[in-house]
Amino acid sequence: MTNNPMSRRNFMGLAAGAAGAAALAACGSDGPSDTTGGGTSNGGGSGGGASYWSLSGPPGEPVRKAAIKRFNDANPDAKITETYFQNDAYKQKIKTSLGANQGPTMIWGWGGGGLKEYVNSNLVEDLTDWFGQNAAVKDKILPSSFGAATVNGKIYAMPIETVQPIVLFYNKKVFDKVGVQPPKSWGEIMALVPKFNDQKIAPFSLAGQSRWTNMMWLEFLLDRTAGSEVFDRVFAGEKDAWSDPAVLDMLTKIQDLVKANGFQKGFSSTTADSNADQALLYTGKAAMMLHGSWSYGIQTANGGNFVKDGGLGWMNFPPVEGGKGDPSNTVGNPGQYLSISSKATDAAKETAKKFFSTTLVDDQEKEGWVKSGGVPVLKNSESLFTGGDAQFLKDMAGIANGAKVFAQSWDQALSPTAAETLLDNIAKLFQLQVSPQQWVDSMNGVIGK
Amino acid sequence: MTTIAPPVVRTKEPTRSSGGRSGSVVWMALPAFLWFIAFGIVPLLGVLWLSFTTWNGIGEIVPSGLDSWKATLQDPKLPHAIWVTFVIMALSWAVQTPMSILIGVFIAARKRYREFLAVLFFIPLLLSSAAIAITYKSLLDPSFGLGSGLGIEALNQDWLGNSTLAMATLIFIVSWQFIPFHSLIYQGAVRQIPTSMYEAAQIDGAGRWKQFWSITLPQLKYTIITSSTLMVVGSLTFFDLIYVLTAGGPGDATRALALLMYQQGFQANLMGPASAIAVILVLVGLGLSLLLRRLGGRSDDSQLEGA
Repeated sequence: MTNNPMSRRNFMGLAAGAAGAAALAACGSDGPSDTTGGGTSNGGGSGGGASYWSLSGPPGEPVRKAAIKRFNDANPDAKITETYFQNDAYKQKIKTSLGANQGPTMIWGWGGGGLKEYVNSNLVEDLTDWFGQNAAVKDKILPSSFGAATVNGKIYAMPIETVQPIVLFYNKKVFDKVGVQPPKSWGEIMALVPKFNDQKIAPFSLAGQSRWTNMMWLEFLLDRTAGSEVFDRVFAGEKDAWSDPAVLDMLTKIQDLVKANGFQKGFSSTTADSNADQALLYTGKAAMMLHGSWSYGIQTANGGNFVKDGGLGWMNFPPVEGGKGDPSNTVGNPGQYLSISSKATDAAKETAKKFFSTTLVDDQEKEGWVKSGGVPVLKNSESLFTGGDAQFLKDMAGIANGAKVFAQSWDQALSPTAAETLLDNIAKLFQLQVSPQQWVDSMNGVIGK
Repeated sequence: MTTIAPPVVRTKEPTRSSGGRSGSVVWMALPAFLWFIAFGIVPLLGVLWLSFTTWNGIGEIVPSGLDSWKATLQDPKLPHAIWVTFVIMALSWAVQTPMSILIGVFIAARKRYREFLAVLFFIPLLLSSAAIAITYKSLLDPSFGLGSGLGIEALNQDWLGNSTLAMATLIFIVSWQFIPFHSLIYQGAVRQIPTSMYEAAQIDGAGRWKQFWSITLPQLKYTIITSSTLMVVGSLTFFDLIYVLTAGGPGDATRALALLMYQQGFQANLMGPASAIAVILVLVGLGLSLLLRRLGGRSDDSQLEGA
């Protein structure tokens, strides 16, 4: 038995594997090959067909599909092809595909830091003039949604879909069973934790493996203790902006909550994409959950009669005792955003613009998002708030419009490089692998990057 | 990728005279060689070049000298990832090797029920790593997993959320997945040991245990080296399993080099440092492969001395 040729072959295999993993993946050859329209791969043959990528799953996907169908039915000559991805998978896929010029005509996103990076690489169309010429379209959209679509004073994306503040959801049935009231302050939250744990119910459900879910806790706690100014300084790239005593205080509070078993057992291996965190809440295994308002749609779709029977409660994040932040403030997504690829053919760009100015601002679009349990970015939707979801929609619109500051989620506001370090450190913080001081030190290192 | 396989001169039976024919079969390696250049060497050079640039994955690629290397080597995440990679490598080797040898020896015997069992052992090998990871992740979920389903509290550990347990769980799943493969290699090797050796040993009065230690194990020496090389080098490329199972978490407890490379490149948009890590990964693999080859000693020595 000779083993030498074998081991050399292994090495070659490894060399090819490791190098291939980095280089081939960077080629973006794994993009969906069935997108016929849009991008540069299109060649402009099919009469101006455009492509559209977005997120899969309820509550958004059915509304998105309906919009594309309306447009395609009305425009048989210039159809839009659609592809849907899971949230976390999409974030990677879109970057790789754009880098390889295999991206779609219409780029769905969250605005902010991610959009800024596209702009810096000249990947998206400047829509400022277009909105100038189509003032009627712009007038239909809530002005506050344009902030995260604007880079250096120019608009690079159209705000679409819904305004999504993050709220504290709770299971009313569980609260009744344990005989406690929803918390009105941070102190009451900490007091509730042992009461639920005694009943073998997790106080909070958290999809810790997804990391951005943990981040929502930091966003609210920092805002409630110190106001929105601290993060504004980080966003502006000010040196050592994290070294605010309020940050240390906030981080300590979070670790106190983790140490008190505030989250379900195994929270750091739970993922949001599988909606396991939602399931914990509507099955009554957890009492509360801090999540985006889109969670309402997921729980309606997956939770059986839970929402219909009035099992779900919600509120804005409660104030922290002695905190300086305005308790009306909220965090979340001021909208979703659709940009047009600068690499698309002129015909595809025209199709996309037609989609923007017709289907995306029509009444069915507004109604579709309201029915999915969301507050549309389109104006004058309040009259549509009827039926079982009316109260939730009114409350969400109230939180979004009544907020003194509606901050964009940190990971969307920052550049991807800084966001990755942020999420990495947040995961370690919840795992008690770093102390608050270590967290501040490593985050100061990536300010402005 | 079985690529530039040197001419297969000595295959099943170790023959002492093998020279003479290798010259005429070199051209047969040509297709594989070209394939390897296109998909092995060229990307490797590309990564090497990228490691001296700054690139966010979507914009311009800007040459930046040693910046990426400096950033990578100064990053405290690198030594941690190397440590995690080493722990996975060492533990999965230590668990898999004895188990594989024992199972291999067991299923090597030509008995009907053992051959039936061998087919069952083989099943994990048919599943993809991603499927295995998704399945285990669901089974091990403390809220909705096997433990709550069966009502067995002892199974309700925080398998993937506790740093130490997550590593142990990972090693278990890796072993579960790959032991069948290595058992198969050992099965083949054990069957090639001449029965005359065992007969001779029996005449000398050696028992089963003694035969295992004095004949089977020494005869498996080169198989052990082959199998270990596969395990050690293979463990460097564990990505899919870990990514789906824990995504490198909890925190950074299972973030091996391949995961760090992915996170730097595709999540943080730092393609330069990610390429530097890829180069380090290749160098580590090369070093380990050469080391294991050296341990094997000269393969010209006969294993059948005295047989």
